[in-house]
Amino acid sequence: MPTIVVDVMPKAELLDPQGKAVTGAFARLGVDAFSGVRIGKRFELTVEGEVSDEVLAEASRVAAEVLSNSVIEDVVGIEVVE
Amino acid sequence: MTVRIGVVTFPGSLDDVDARRAVRIAGAEPVALWHASHDLDGVDALILPGGFSYGDYLRAGAIAALAPIMRDVKDAAAKGMPVLGICNGFQMLVEAHLLPGGLIRNAHQQFIRRDQRLRVENTSTAWTSDFADGQEIVIPLKNADGGYVASDDELDRLEGEGLVAFRYTCVNPNGSLRDIAGLTNPAGNVVGLMPHPEHAVEPGFGPSTAAAMRSGVDGLSFFSSAIAAVVGAAA
Repeated sequence: MPTIVVDVMPKAELLDPQGKAVTGAFARLGVDAFSGVRIGKRFELTVEGEVSDEVLAEASRVAAEVLSNSVIEDVVGIEVVE
Repeated sequence: MTVRIGVVTFPGSLDDVDARRAVRIAGAEPVALWHASHDLDGVDALILPGGFSYGDYLRAGAIAALAPIMRDVKDAAAKGMPVLGICNGFQMLVEAHLLPGGLIRNAHQQFIRRDQRLRVENTSTAWTSDFADGQEIVIPLKNADGGYVASDDELDRLEGEGLVAFRYTCVNPNGSLRDIAGLTNPAGNVVGLMPHPEHAVEPGFGPSTAAAMRSGVDGLSFFSSAIAAVVGAAA
């Protein structure tokens, strides 16, 4: 069954408190290869049937209007996976 | 006239009963409203209460902003009805685009509960007219997602147009940009803030003051302001 994956990330210029917490945990573990972590969200939209242009347009619409808040987040990817 | 103020209960609302109690103590009639209906029951003003509606899934207030009754809340707000969003209710107003900006996890990542000092920055709204300009008040704050954010341009606009209704003083408890604790819309009928006025309305149960423990009732003026606004509009 086709799935549309929508990825949403907090805006780059805003503080991401969750990512900051994970970065802090890395430091406590002695992991020093990564200078930062940002945490986003992945949504998997299940499609019954074919992914038509209309379905993709609907995915774009809900990604912008429901799955993300454009004040604090960006939709960084909308991808069809089988 | 008896002013009727509706309080909308959502799945996961916590402070709806406290809000109705505050309305009653302030001298109005509280009216319980339900998120899944389209019935505002003819109320004169509306409160969206605190809590964790829909478990704060997706984003705080995001699912509640899509609840059936929110269409009616938006219509009423557009016609000038006083609407107050407290904490999760403020998050709903932002998610419903009735107020600008967004609210993210507190900068220190912790849930916080404290008696918080605020400065009232705009006393010409339906919910703040009983305060003095620049008055400092203390009411409880309790949230996880209270960090107010918006773009620099938007923040400049909000400050320039006097739409910042409340600012944190003494300490910024959650990393809110420019210490913003609450906003008003340009018409002054829609107001939202993170702290909780409904928890500071009765001696014995409010924040402690220099005068006596638990004696703080600074929250009462929110509700008395709205009652005055409704009575004034009807006169």
